[in-house]
Amino acid sequence: MDNLSAGQALVRSHRGAEGPWRTAWRKLRADRAAIMAFGVLVLITAASLAAPLYARYVAETDPFATNLNGEVVIHGETRQVLEPSTEGLGLGFTPLGPTWDFGPYMLGADNQGRDVAARLLYGGRNSLLIAGAAALICLGLATLLGVVSGFFGGLVDTLLSRILDVLWAFPIFLLAISLSIVLITQSITIGPIEIRSGSLWLPIFIIGIVYVPYVARPIRGHVLSLMQAEFVTAAIGIGASPWRILLYDILPNVITRVIVFVPLILALNMMTESSLSFLSIGVQPPDASWGTIIQDGQGLLYSRPIVALAPGLAIVISVLALNILGDGVRDALDPKSSIRVA
Amino acid sequence: MRSRKVFSAMMAGVGLAGLTLMAPLTGAAAQEGKAGGTLKLLANAAAGTIDPHINYTLQYFQINYILYDGLVTFRKTGDKTGFEVVADLAESLPKPDDGGKKYVFTLRKGIKFSDGSDLTTADVVASFQRMFKISGPTTGTLYNGIVGADKCLKTPATCTLEGGVVADEAASTVTFNLVAPDPDFLQKISIPHAAILPAEAPLKDAGTVPIPGTGPYMIASYDPNSLLKMVRNPHFKEWSKEAQPAGYPDEIDYGFGLTDEAAVTAVENGQADWMFDPPPADRLAELGTKYAKQVSVHPLTAMWYAPMNTNLAPFNDIRVRQAVNYAIDRAAVVKLFGGSNLAQPSCQILPPNFPSYAPYCPFTANPGEKWSAPDLEKAKALVAASGTAGQEVTIITEDTAVSKSIGVYLQDVLNGLGYKTSVKPISQNIQFTYIQNTNNKVQISVSQWFQDYPAPSNFLQVLFSCASFNPGSDASVNISGFCDKAIDQKMVEAQTATIADPAKGAELWTAVDKAVTDAAPVAVLFTPKRIDLISPRLKNFVFSPQFYWIMSQSWVE
Repeated sequence: MDNLSAGQALVRSHRGAEGPWRTAWRKLRADRAAIMAFGVLVLITAASLAAPLYARYVAETDPFATNLNGEVVIHGETRQVLEPSTEGLGLGFTPLGPTWDFGPYMLGADNQGRDVAARLLYGGRNSLLIAGAAALICLGLATLLGVVSGFFGGLVDTLLSRILDVLWAFPIFLLAISLSIVLITQSITIGPIEIRSGSLWLPIFIIGIVYVPYVARPIRGHVLSLMQAEFVTAAIGIGASPWRILLYDILPNVITRVIVFVPLILALNMMTESSLSFLSIGVQPPDASWGTIIQDGQGLLYSRPIVALAPGLAIVISVLALNILGDGVRDALDPKSSIRVA
Repeated sequence: MRSRKVFSAMMAGVGLAGLTLMAPLTGAAAQEGKAGGTLKLLANAAAGTIDPHINYTLQYFQINYILYDGLVTFRKTGDKTGFEVVADLAESLPKPDDGGKKYVFTLRKGIKFSDGSDLTTADVVASFQRMFKISGPTTGTLYNGIVGADKCLKTPATCTLEGGVVADEAASTVTFNLVAPDPDFLQKISIPHAAILPAEAPLKDAGTVPIPGTGPYMIASYDPNSLLKMVRNPHFKEWSKEAQPAGYPDEIDYGFGLTDEAAVTAVENGQADWMFDPPPADRLAELGTKYAKQVSVHPLTAMWYAPMNTNLAPFNDIRVRQAVNYAIDRAAVVKLFGGSNLAQPSCQILPPNFPSYAPYCPFTANPGEKWSAPDLEKAKALVAASGTAGQEVTIITEDTAVSKSIGVYLQDVLNGLGYKTSVKPISQNIQFTYIQNTNNKVQISVSQWFQDYPAPSNFLQVLFSCASFNPGSDASVNISGFCDKAIDQKMVEAQTATIADPAKGAELWTAVDKAVTDAAPVAVLFTPKRIDLISPRLKNFVFSPQFYWIMSQSWVE
């Protein structure tokens, strides 16, 4: 057994080598910035998921109910949630400012007397949910279209490419805003599925659609280049069926690229959702998202800037973390690509 | 009328009788006026067409009063006599004849339009025909009582008002014949929709092209994206100080595009002299303290209210509409508007200090004259009795901060009553017409109504008569679609009685107010006040109950 042939030795050494996923994971772990970004995202997600607990046990309030006549005890002093101006002409009310204590109104109140911190967490939940679900729709559709278009070519490719061209021709936000304005006030019924107006599924659906061409095109291009690769030629040469080639040779190589898109699309979705909600055509009141809270805070920029700044900061941190993580994932999985979306 | 977007009518009422914060701005009667200079005004946005027969916004009503004249007008003064009608282009106020169905006006002589042409009786007749030919927004509600108006409403293009408006050029008179006596007729023709324009005025919406007028100012240029520039009318000579006094500034520039926040800062710093839009809520405390001397607050004859569609579930059940009225915490809504110094809770249609107003509030914890607190138990019992809990309700609001926040509050109230409620804020440029059109199936909305003229009919008849409900039309100010034949009959009786016995008429209108309030086609929320912020250099700020700020009577230093 000590006299192994060269071929046998090569096979043994390959068996001991780490696979591509393990290599990617090792590379990703070595990327401190990406790991830190991942940690930040985990924290934000965990905090957002804990929103109901925070609202119930810390803020002790319903963040969706108005509380215009509410009072709260802060540092032993009873204060109104909306404090009237008592000086001069006595005009206007100012919402309670941040207490900075881990308790009710830690970040103050909005103009409806609601706890900003609790709404921020609920808003994060909706923002992450919409961004995540829309990313799934977008990547699923884009992968399907890109692979089918690139693999089958011919008329199928021409047809699908032109459809994507039409979508591509519209500026993303114009398309998203137009769809939102048309759909947001009415329900959509597609067969047995009915999406009611005000449902979170509407922004999910809209955001999921508008980025499809931006992902499907690079995937189609990648499939076209894979079709010219030697291992595909070899598979064809040994008589493998098209479905076998698609499932065993093409898809595994496409998946890594799709994974690279995940954090990038998540970041874009999050910004798009916030923009639509800010314009009142995304998440509908009394539901919250970071975009709606910024809009609520817009009218309080002068007196209570924290209402707009807090969700703004949350968006900045999340999107930054997603982009850093996205770079790390790309370097780990697909170092030769230079993926950019939009 | 509604605020920028459709405002109706000007303000009102109360004027000076009510609370007036800010002493230093008014009462400059003893001061000597200083002619010259440029008055700089700001608004978030332009208010659309500058055609005085079409534009129905407070923003442009306010300037149309110094650009155009009618046969009569409201007295331009800062006291409560500002509600009185005085002769303008007419030599004197006519006495009604033929049992209140005939008015004969004699035109003043020597008045010219800003293009130099003479004012003639033909211009008067042509102006009233034009109102109908271009389908003016109030022809069906305010001027439908003129003989021949019914034909004009059916076929506007061929409108002649034959027998309704008759000119005698030689005698320089114009005779108006009405189908029935109308005690409010002179008031109705005092608003800019009855302005007298040259007979050659285009028979279509003038849009951005100015039409010559007879007032002390004329429009030099208008770009809705940036500026409306008014300069002195070179052909104007003051003929009546109480009707149309000469103005002080040489030029009035109305700039558009700055945000409310930026406009407040500009006026505080003296870079502009006045802003049309109410200051944003987060600046109120600052204005009330640091800039109190530059602020004035005046009560209005107006209301913020929530019209409920009486023809759509669940609001086609009177118990549900009453339940909403009982459940609303009006003090909380007042907070959303800026507090008790800027608004007062109300639950009846007619505003305080308005003709025929008698305090009345059935929808409160202790029913009586004033609202005190919501009665949630009663509200829930009414909803339970109606069996409508669980239904879906959509509230349509404007996308402004106040309107939207009131919508969110109402959503909370309706959810508390057991409904599944959503709020849809839509652009304030279209919201008012959107909620009027029955095709949009609006269930409940948030809206405002400001007086056009100081008479109960402007609230009760215009907003709640069967004639004001036009299904499928954008011009159906009876937003609730409320039509009660018995109440309609009471309105007619009140109208008729007012001519013979104004006191009796006032009593009947009070009864109508109570009847409509009880039927709850709307939930009245509060009576607003007007807050004006002016620059330190602006002097003689005169606030009329009808016109609000009379800008021609201010000067700049």
